[in-house]
Amino acid sequence: MTRDMIRLFKVKEKQRELAENANGASHVKKQSAGELRLHKDISELNLPKSCNISFPNGKDELMNFEVTIRPDEGFYSGGTFSFTFQVAPIYPHEAPKVKCKTKVYHPNIDLEGNVCLNILREDWKPVLNINTVIYGLYHLFTEPNYEDPLNHDAAAVLRDNPKMFESNVRRAMAGGYVGQTLFPRCI
Amino acid sequence: MAAEPTAQESRSRDLDKLLLRPGNLVGPNFEPGPALRDDLKEYGRVLVVGAGGLGCELLKDLALSGFRKLEVIDMDRIEVSNLNRQFLFRLEDVGKPKAEVAAKRVMERVSGVNIVPHFCRIEDKELEFYSKFSIIALGLDSIEARSYINSVACSFLEYDSDDSALEETSKPMVDGGTEGFQGHARVIVPGVTPCFECTIWLFPPQVKFPLCTLAETPRTAAHCIEYAHLIKWDEVHSGKAFDPDDPEHMKWVYNEATKRAELFGIPGVTYSLTQGVVKNIIPAIASTNAIISAACVLETLKIASGCSKTLSNYLTYNGAEGLHTEVTEFVKDKDCLVCGPGVLIQLDTSITLEKFIDLLKEHPKLLLSKASITHRGKSLYMQAPPVLEEMTRSNLSIPLFDLIGKIPKDVVHAIGTTTKNDKKTSCLRKLRVVFKGVDGIADMDTAGET
Ligand SMILES: [Zn+2]
Repeated sequence: MTRDMIRLFKVKEKQRELAENANGASHVKKQSAGELRLHKDISELNLPKSCNISFPNGKDELMNFEVTIRPDEGFYSGGTFSFTFQVAPIYPHEAPKVKCKTKVYHPNIDLEGNVCLNILREDWKPVLNINTVIYGLYHLFTEPNYEDPLNHDAAAVLRDNPKMFESNVRRAMAGGYVGQTLFPRCI
Repeated sequence: MAAEPTAQESRSRDLDKLLLRPGNLVGPNFEPGPALRDDLKEYGRVLVVGAGGLGCELLKDLALSGFRKLEVIDMDRIEVSNLNRQFLFRLEDVGKPKAEVAAKRVMERVSGVNIVPHFCRIEDKELEFYSKFSIIALGLDSIEARSYINSVACSFLEYDSDDSALEETSKPMVDGGTEGFQGHARVIVPGVTPCFECTIWLFPPQVKFPLCTLAETPRTAAHCIEYAHLIKWDEVHSGKAFDPDDPEHMKWVYNEATKRAELFGIPGVTYSLTQGVVKNIIPAIASTNAIISAACVLETLKIASGCSKTLSNYLTYNGAEGLHTEVTEFVKDKDCLVCGPGVLIQLDTSITLEKFIDLLKEHPKLLLSKASITHRGKSLYMQAPPVLEEMTRSNLSIPLFDLIGKIPKDVVHAIGTTTKNDKKTSCLRKLRVVFKGVDGIADMDTAGET
């Protein structure tokens, strides 16, 4: 790129002065690359029947959405768990921010809704997509794991006494106490 | 009798050597002379994005290189910790907007230069604001902000019917960045060089610690800080979002991180490390900023005047061990959704969205089936998931021209499947739609009737 652009600027400045007199503001055109990629992810979602996606802010606001998971096997079978997704304009350079809205007794989800899932943090790569994340979340319910604990107590019970863990999960999902913590009904 | 040179003349003496004389290394259309120097003052409008360490340097260097019409945009206020390298600021400036103080200080020192400060977010400005600048110089520390400015600058770029970029619509950017002893300077001329998005992979994704490590087995000061920031904050402030630009919030995280570090016997939590970890900042070094800024401003001058060939197109500097500089010529991604031409499609204003989607199947450059269409972030039609299909289905019978606001030409995006070597692949394409018979300002009364 080697040219004298100042003459171009000069011409443009003159044009701009004319244009400003002629009419007011033109339309605004801003769409981030992240938004485009997210649209692609969304339009290509291939979810199992047990997962559902919804857009609380309507069809033109896809960067924030909700996913509901209804596991049909494992400890959490029959429960309904909602997650919020927040997608940044530089997605997929950065992973979506995911939180669990349903208070759940789970070794990898804390009571604030933080989720310990490797692909949301240390193992995120731009080739992954929303579909992968939703499958990853689903997997957390069929295969909770005590090695990546966010809820320390739940993880310890799962490790030492799976039978008791199962009854704790049932009690929590039915809307009851586990230890000092009251869980809302989600069946 | 020869007059003594005035202060003004002696100040521009070195610059005059570049601008008033011909040379062997100049650009092809270089026309040296006083007219060029004067035009640079009169028509060279440069926006500096960011008034931090690099932004202060850029402003000063631009003012000293003969640019007279400068503007600077930054949303931050001055903090004590900035003073070691953001040399335009003094202790009594703490708490004041960086953009305003930086503009004032440079104007005080360099006579004849006018700098307009903008104390706001870059997203707060309309597109028109950015369109008036000849060149945009970036002194930023975040990928998000770079990506945003890049998309704004590239949105001015237009292509002709042969997919050649129209030079007069290209908004050049000069981007600097520093991290400790390392830095980069690059020239982005949309349509000519790669844009920021073409090469976003150059920026490694931020290191993120597993949440369970933060919760269970912290080993470093950064783990303690991230625990306070990501887990403890939510536990204590139910629902209140953490704001990294609020010093009160930052202090809270620092205090919590300190408590946690004491609990686990981990040394090294400081307030500035807290800021660094939370905002993903690596400590800046004044001399790196100065070197990178000098490179950026030289390129700005070269782009504007043509007095020499420009950097092509990416300089890296590393002063950590010895000193290395390297220039790499990256190539643009011809299919880039931000700066690429996309596929030109001419349409009648009466074509419905459904018909348009059918056309994409047959278009030789696309062969795109089952297309979903978006326009400026709005979903015109989404084939899936069912909930969105249902919400957008009613658009199918409406003319595309009406759906995009009766604009004679605009960009829409299509997502669909193509068949390549008997294999179905999904793709996302940029489409430049132009409506026949609508010129300049759309005629609102007749446009829908054809
Ligand atoms: Zn590009």
